[in-house]
Amino acid sequence: MIVRIMGEGQLDVADGDLAALNALDDRLEAAIDTGDESTFRTALKELLENVRTVGKPLPPDSLEPSELILPPVDAAIDEVRQMLGDEGLIPD
Amino acid sequence: MSVMKRMSMIFKSKANKALDRMEDPRETLDYSYQRQLEMLQKVRRGVADVATSRKRLELQINQLEQQQNKLTEQGKKALQVGREDLAREALTRRAGLDSQLGDLRAQYQQLQGEEEKLTLASQRLQAKVDAFRTRKETIKATYTAAEAQTKINEAFSGISEEMGDVGLAIQRAEEKTETMKARAGAIDELLESGALEDFSGPRDDIQAELDRMGSGPGVDVELERLKAELGQAPAPKQLNPGQQQAHGQQAASPQQVQWPQQPGGGQ
Repeated sequence: MIVRIMGEGQLDVADGDLAALNALDDRLEAAIDTGDESTFRTALKELLENVRTVGKPLPPDSLEPSELILPPVDAAIDEVRQMLGDEGLIPD
Repeated sequence: MSVMKRMSMIFKSKANKALDRMEDPRETLDYSYQRQLEMLQKVRRGVADVATSRKRLELQINQLEQQQNKLTEQGKKALQVGREDLAREALTRRAGLDSQLGDLRAQYQQLQGEEEKLTLASQRLQAKVDAFRTRKETIKATYTAAEAQTKINEAFSGISEEMGDVGLAIQRAEEKTETMKARAGAIDELLESGALEDFSGPRDDIQAELDRMGSGPGVDVELERLKAELGQAPAPKQLNPGQQQAHGQQAASPQQVQWPQQPGGGQ
């Protein structure tokens, strides 16, 4: 499964490694819902480190869309909220 | 897969919206390619912009470091001539610069990081744009209109995701450099107005005081020493020239005088 870490590029993560990522993703979501910035920071950092560890970087000239996309490592909780919101931050 | 999934859905829906606006698949290819080239230009401008801000900071850091060194030297000199009050003043001012410099150096690190990130992003995008161009030509030459649509959609969603990612990276870098430009501008103004350096250049009061005391060990200190050698009482504050001449014969010439070792003397 192809995962993009925004600002870093795309990685291919084996299906067997997804369970661990899912658990971290749940923590990330809970932190966003409660607005807990420090839990959010830790969860995001851990999630990205995990993806970098288990994932294999795709060649830069691949044109495949990602199934999963993760915010950049220095994103703030409000920024991610905006990205997930209807208007979104991502330029057209 | 909540957060990760939702983010990818947002990217996909943006790509689909852009595709829906196109009537003819071939038009989609060419239009998208143009957009990609524009985006590449934008990223390169972004990198250049960050680099400019970084160089400006570097310049300011150098200026402040020079002032810091100057104050250190002045502090040493003041101690050599026994003026602890002046030395204290110089060191107090230097401490004020220390925190400014700390801030600037931290900002510099941050800008370096941004520059590196955007440079890499620009390389990634370049590789994808090249790949897209190749695929675009293949699609145009090989497929019927119906087949082309599928192929185009595949290529398009991949590249548009990259463009969205890079676009956001540029936005974030721009915000950071704007903040830093404002700060750098404020420091430039301070440097120009002399508020940061009322102790250098023509308005340098510490230097003026040190100069007044003569170069090398101060005249006053030397006089005190000579007086002591001649077994006189401490010299009065104002000396008239006549007094100095009267003892001229017994006084050693300045070159022969053994200077007392002073703490903090710059070697």
